[in-house]
Amino acid sequence: MATSTAPAPAARKGPPTILLKTVVAVTGVFFVLFVLVHMYGNLQILIGTEAFDEYAHHLRTFGEPMLPEKSFLWVARILLLVSVVAHVWASMSLWRRAGQARRTRYAGKKKVSYGRFYAKAMRWGGLALLAFVVFHILHFTTQTITVDGAYPSPAERVISSFEVWWAVLLYTVAMVFLGMHLLHGIWGAAMTVGLNTSLKRAEQIRFVSIALSTIIVVGFLIPPFAIFFGFIE
Amino acid sequence: MRISLKIWRQDGPADDGRMVDYRLEEVSEDSSFLEMLDLLNEQLIDKGEEPVAFDSDCREGICGMCGVVINGEAHGPERTTTCQLHMRSFDDGDEIIIEPWRADPFPVIKDLCVDRSSFDRIIQSGGFISANTGSAPDAHATPVPKEDADRAFMAAECIGCGACVAACPNASAMLFMGSKVTHLGELPQGQPEREARVLQMTAQHDLEGFGGCTNLGECSRACPKGIPLNVISQLNADYRRAGYGGRD
Repeated sequence: MATSTAPAPAARKGPPTILLKTVVAVTGVFFVLFVLVHMYGNLQILIGTEAFDEYAHHLRTFGEPMLPEKSFLWVARILLLVSVVAHVWASMSLWRRAGQARRTRYAGKKKVSYGRFYAKAMRWGGLALLAFVVFHILHFTTQTITVDGAYPSPAERVISSFEVWWAVLLYTVAMVFLGMHLLHGIWGAAMTVGLNTSLKRAEQIRFVSIALSTIIVVGFLIPPFAIFFGFIE
Repeated sequence: MRISLKIWRQDGPADDGRMVDYRLEEVSEDSSFLEMLDLLNEQLIDKGEEPVAFDSDCREGICGMCGVVINGEAHGPERTTTCQLHMRSFDDGDEIIIEPWRADPFPVIKDLCVDRSSFDRIIQSGGFISANTGSAPDAHATPVPKEDADRAFMAAECIGCGACVAACPNASAMLFMGSKVTHLGELPQGQPEREARVLQMTAQHDLEGFGGCTNLGECSRACPKGIPLNVISQLNADYRRAGYGGRD
């Protein structure tokens, strides 16, 4: 690396801004891969309740006999937990930095804002998603919250829950939030890792972010609606 | 035309500042925005009041000295500098809110004038190339592919006015930095210092207290030179190639 004669500036306290942004981007890409796999698992219920239960069971016995039972599951859970903590911590640090960068706000309001509503909802929308994830884990993983009785079979838990209108509504709202978060998140992640270096690339990234968000939202909403309207019993 | 103005008045850096209402009659719609402010100031001076302080220099949209936030938009409703904005962009009877660039690294000096030395320090930290002085090399001594030259020129259009920071919800200066990094990084002369440049400029940017980009695109929209958002991605790409600052 070439060195310049200019004295190196004293660093700001805390990690560099672009490093924080990269933490958000990389953990975000990991979440996108996770939700795609999660969605694939959910769609097993279209094949049948047995296929769904078998898939759930396989997640626990993945890698056997080389790996002990549930080891794969726990590695994935720990990785996800670490990523969530890093994603939220880095985003909150950036949020605080942004707040400190403009302590006096404008009196005039822009008539048209170029930033899209879903892009501006990243921070509070992300916190809403975090609240949903906590609810979702309490609902299906720990079963602390039951919507319509407790069942031993995962498929039965899913079907009984989504026969209840407010559960369908709640999960639908959450998926709309997820779609909004992904729409800007995928675009932002590509920007932050430095993929958008031409106008053509920008179009391609836009396309991928729209396509992936749509696939994920639709893919997640198929099972609850199929159950609610009685296609799966 | 007749307009009512709400202008930010602040006596000095230590003053709290406030919005003050003014009314102007008989403003020509062919006058520029800054001429309208000149008219207001003439009237204020006649009344023995302190004129509104604002920055301007070339008044032809190339120097980057002027710039105020008009009705919440940096440089106002048109995609140009404040000096190239004309009163015909407004309607008779409009209320116009005029504020200085709002960012903590751009402290207000007086009224609508802000101190943008933080931009100078970012440039000093790495926004340059080192070249031997003496006889200029022949222009064709180092060939540059046309696309690279075009992209460098596009980024070099940045006049450092600070509208990107003013428009950014995070008060980030990454479009400004991205312009400099892209401008110099696309050319052979910019290569020897390329990694040092991005690391030192981003460190200075953070130190000045600018926020981080959230990829909304408000900056690019407000930029009077229409510099695209992808220069920020180029900045990030260069930062990644420089090892995120972790390499010695």
